[in-house]
Amino acid sequence: MSELMSRPLGTQTITVLVPTGALGAGVDAADVARGIALGIDAIACDAGSTDSGPSYLARAVSKVSRESIRSDLSILIPAAFKAGVPLIVGSCGTSGADAGVDWTRDIALEVAQANGIAPKIALLYSEQSHATIEQKLAADKISSLSPATDISGGIIAECNHIVALMGVEPYIEALKQGADIVLGGRTTDTAVLGCVPIMKGAAPGLVWHAAKITECGGLCSVNPREGGVLFRIGDDSFEVEPLRLSNSCTPYTVSSHMLYENSDPFLLTEPGGILDVTCATYEAVDDRITKVTGSRWTPQPYTMKLEGADGGPFQTIMFIGIRDPKVLSSLEVFQERMLRQLNRRVETAIGEAAGDYDISLRVYGWSGVSGQTPAPGTPIPSEVGVMFVATASSQEMATRIAKTCNPIFFHFPLDAGLELPSYAFPFSPAEIERGQVYAFKLNHVVAVENGLELVRIGWADYPGAAKKEGEHA
Amino acid sequence: MPKLSDVCRHIRSKNAGPFWITVDLFFKDEQAYRAHGRDPNISPELFSTLYGANPASIKFIPVDSLNVLKISYPRSAPQGWRGERDMHGGQQFAALLDVELIEKI
Repeated sequence: MSELMSRPLGTQTITVLVPTGALGAGVDAADVARGIALGIDAIACDAGSTDSGPSYLARAVSKVSRESIRSDLSILIPAAFKAGVPLIVGSCGTSGADAGVDWTRDIALEVAQANGIAPKIALLYSEQSHATIEQKLAADKISSLSPATDISGGIIAECNHIVALMGVEPYIEALKQGADIVLGGRTTDTAVLGCVPIMKGAAPGLVWHAAKITECGGLCSVNPREGGVLFRIGDDSFEVEPLRLSNSCTPYTVSSHMLYENSDPFLLTEPGGILDVTCATYEAVDDRITKVTGSRWTPQPYTMKLEGADGGPFQTIMFIGIRDPKVLSSLEVFQERMLRQLNRRVETAIGEAAGDYDISLRVYGWSGVSGQTPAPGTPIPSEVGVMFVATASSQEMATRIAKTCNPIFFHFPLDAGLELPSYAFPFSPAEIERGQVYAFKLNHVVAVENGLELVRIGWADYPGAAKKEGEHA
Repeated sequence: MPKLSDVCRHIRSKNAGPFWITVDLFFKDEQAYRAHGRDPNISPELFSTLYGANPASIKFIPVDSLNVLKISYPRSAPQGWRGERDMHGGQQFAALLDVELIEKI
């Protein structure tokens, strides 16, 4: 049975198990065990992304719960330890800020102790101080990506957190120093998965391509919900295989993953080079495994992408539901009139003290997502939800604006002279303080001497364990 | 005139980082891809009109092996700005479904 045999792909085969597309999304213990039985050299996955918005970086807070991370690490840490292979996690804590690394470290230590084991845990920090980035800017080492964003005039200093996306080098350094587990700050997804094969001397084109294909775990398979995948790198090809026997990685699912969340599916810039898959070919080994050849890697001057986010104004929201057919058949007129009335009321009641404020109405079921008037002939919905969003320079002012608007928002008639309606609302109090609006500020890369220049390597201490003098210095 | 949704089996949109959205038009088959993959109505002007993207920055990338036309455009404001309505950019594709194509099926 091929499913329990390792598959040599030449003189050296290096296999990486990718248990999930994102730590905290769920890991299946049986899938991981099956992957390990196939013979692996590392378990690797990332734990972060910018995809959920700027708040997680601006606050350095995880998107997923501590329980989700603990649940997945409770499977992965003992499994990797027993198998004697390193466990690599990148972009810890969603944003990969230093606080995200430390948060994940504490969970990992807890899991290790609960299992009665003490793997050596390396910590890679890639958050950057304002001073470092200002210095790099002054030295002309920072350049903008498209679309260009301005970072002059104190923008850098306004960022709550700035992270630089690591490549494979810090991971390799930590592994060479004996790490059993590496918990990294912000890293390109591909570097997290590719560091072990690169360290072992595999062809970089194959490694970066395999890592790109498998960075979202099962997303490159026929049934993305059915667990993770593994990739094995040989002399001149790599293979992608799902962990679960019922799942398949076909040439179509594997090659089409290059489209996912990439603005260009053929050329990918990574720290230290460019992956070119223009000439790659994808072929089925059997009905579950796909083999890839022809991936190329061109070394480039080393750059790291920067991400930075800060906090801006504050929002308070309210929500109503409408079923009145008369209003539903005139939603454009209705929202236009209501918005005018709301702004007028704020100007009258609060006046200039409201500052640079904004009121936005979003009619869900009609135009809430698009923000545009639907085409003529669009069927009238049976009900809509209307979200009111007040944005102001402080939470207090946003809430004062919402409260000032409350009587109009909940009782605005379609036409003057009609009896006052009451629209449906589900909560009391009706206004919800949503918090701050955060913003991504950097779309830049920084040129560095090498992949370690802007990275600090640390080691986790087990609580209660005496630290030997000079250890890990 | 056929609509884009008539000649594609799947159309999707998603963030490609905080500053870009990428759209994948999966044509039904090679024939549909060859007939409509370069339709003049799938143009920088279309994406400028629908999404406020700078026409000069929009990338059109044919992926022949998959019968896919990929279009990537810069967001008119970065992901998460105060007027954000689609944090993942995952629903932006809907505006494309009814785009009418010039060539016949």
